[in-house]
Amino acid sequence: MTVAWVDTVLQGLLLGGLYALFATGLSLIFGVMRIVNLAHGDLSILAAFLAVVVVETLGLNPFLALVLVAPLMAALGYALQTLVLNRLLGQGILPPILVTFGFSIIIQNALLETFSADSRRLNPGGIETASLALGSGLAIGWFPFITLAVAVLILVSLQLLISRMSVGRAFRATSDDQETAELMGIDNRRLYGLAMALSLGIVAVAGVFLGIRTTFTFSSGPDRLLFAFEAVIIGGLGSLWGTLVGGAVLGVAQTVGAKMSPGWGILTGHLVFLAVLLLRPQGLFAKARRSA
Amino acid sequence: MEPARFRIERTTGASRGGLACAGLALIVLASLPAWGGPSSMRILVEFIALLVLAQMWNLLAGYAGLVSIGQQAYVGLGGYALIVLADDLGVNPFLAVPLAGVITAVFALPTAALVFRFHGGYFAVGTWAIAEVYRLLIANTPVLGRGSGRTLKAVFPLARETREVTTYVLALAIGVVALVAVYAFLRSRYGLGLMAIRDSEPASETLGVDVFRTKLVVYLGVAFGTGVTGALIYLNLLRISPDAAFSINWTAYTIFIVVIGGLGSLEGPLVGTALFFVVRELLSDYGAWYMILLGGLAVGVMLAYPRGLWGIVAERWDLHFFPIQRRVRLGEEEFAPRPPAR
Repeated sequence: MTVAWVDTVLQGLLLGGLYALFATGLSLIFGVMRIVNLAHGDLSILAAFLAVVVVETLGLNPFLALVLVAPLMAALGYALQTLVLNRLLGQGILPPILVTFGFSIIIQNALLETFSADSRRLNPGGIETASLALGSGLAIGWFPFITLAVAVLILVSLQLLISRMSVGRAFRATSDDQETAELMGIDNRRLYGLAMALSLGIVAVAGVFLGIRTTFTFSSGPDRLLFAFEAVIIGGLGSLWGTLVGGAVLGVAQTVGAKMSPGWGILTGHLVFLAVLLLRPQGLFAKARRSA
Repeated sequence: MEPARFRIERTTGASRGGLACAGLALIVLASLPAWGGPSSMRILVEFIALLVLAQMWNLLAGYAGLVSIGQQAYVGLGGYALIVLADDLGVNPFLAVPLAGVITAVFALPTAALVFRFHGGYFAVGTWAIAEVYRLLIANTPVLGRGSGRTLKAVFPLARETREVTTYVLALAIGVVALVAVYAFLRSRYGLGLMAIRDSEPASETLGVDVFRTKLVVYLGVAFGTGVTGALIYLNLLRISPDAAFSINWTAYTIFIVVIGGLGSLEGPLVGTALFFVVRELLSDYGAWYMILLGGLAVGVMLAYPRGLWGIVAERWDLHFFPIQRRVRLGEEEFAPRPPAR
């Protein structure tokens, strides 16, 4: 009985790794340019479908397919930002919301028309079912463990990039004060393109990992956006490590909820999010400065 | 110094023409049951429902700056409120439609307490998340039929023609009341305050506009209107399920209609709704392509003409059928300034 609950919490924590991957890209974009990409979830599903195409045509392992899919998504992100979203800068909050929402609906319906409504899954050849025994009846799956490790690796790299590298310094400067950063010679438009490229590169990893973990359809995107958003809010805006904690809290809430009653998994996650919003709106790990 | 000669213009030739056209259209539409078939009435109910949803969202996003992506919550709540009121509590189904709006507005109050903590893009995702919460709660409630939903049985004893004509007349009434209410609200001093908030929130606050209260009133009013429309939609369809009633598509249709037609005008949603129906009918054999086309059109309009198709018309010909703005005409007739009202 107790072992079963410990196991549930453990699975939830590992699931949190996947949610942190989704949340990081969203958080990065909001941090740098103060916009929310409503097509975030659908772009991750697009990446998963691209991986399906790569796997089916080249016969590659889905992990290897990422070598193609992640740069492709990053390039798409750069193009999307520099060709479309940059044109909306300085026009207020409404245009970026509506344009990214438009893309969300376009991507969903284009996926429906291209790949039909059938659910798909990526098969990495056995690792998705392999598990590691921890003793006393507990075991963790290798794949959820790898997902969490990759999430931590990406967060550490991102943290290093933001704190140590010149592009990271430019991200921070733009995030603090866009106009002054521009006066100091930072090319905002190119920088925003890079941030979106980075975000969609990470989202590609998240989408492919999701596709290995579970089945997905053309309409799986919005839920991914909502989970990412909830992880960001639970963890606290502007905090990279908060996203990991937020993802873990959401993951545990969902697995525990699902164990209590099968229909209540996702709903419990949402309710925990609402409870955090009500009781601690700044999130669990908020920075002192808060602007949303 | 001679006082400046000016007058404040609120009514134009076009607006008198617009009123006459609207009156004429109403007479034609009101007589439809006498000469039109049931299919034309059904499609008009749908047209009116989308038009009201668009007007409501336009008020919320285009005027109050509350860009909600979660209005499907109120379509769904309105629809389910209709079923519960009519089938479980024995209320007359047609009377239940406006009551469903009241119930929806009651749900909107605690919802507002949560989503008003967000601004901008996070408000948009927050409203979307709450709509999902409502969908999942209803999909887990046995008396509401769980995931498979319910059928409106209260209208079964009625003759089919009676039901169709009454639904149509009710829809027409809802459409007229919604248009008049939005128009009257925007022309009132509250509407003026609302537009001041849209243009600059801090400036309007210093001038004495209660920003929070104004936004809350608009949010609740729009939830009421959206809930009534949700009830109307399911009075027309008779069959409800959580996935359909709380579908993001309700908000997608609405946003595409308003953005393409013209955000921040009353004429825009009318133009947008008409275009939506034309595109959908033309592409009815091509699956989801009409959504891709409309989405692309909305993105294109947002990039090139942020004021939408009606914005282009209004700008080029200075045409305003339903003018909301006050315009100063200099050197025309004398205007005696009144002491400022409190």
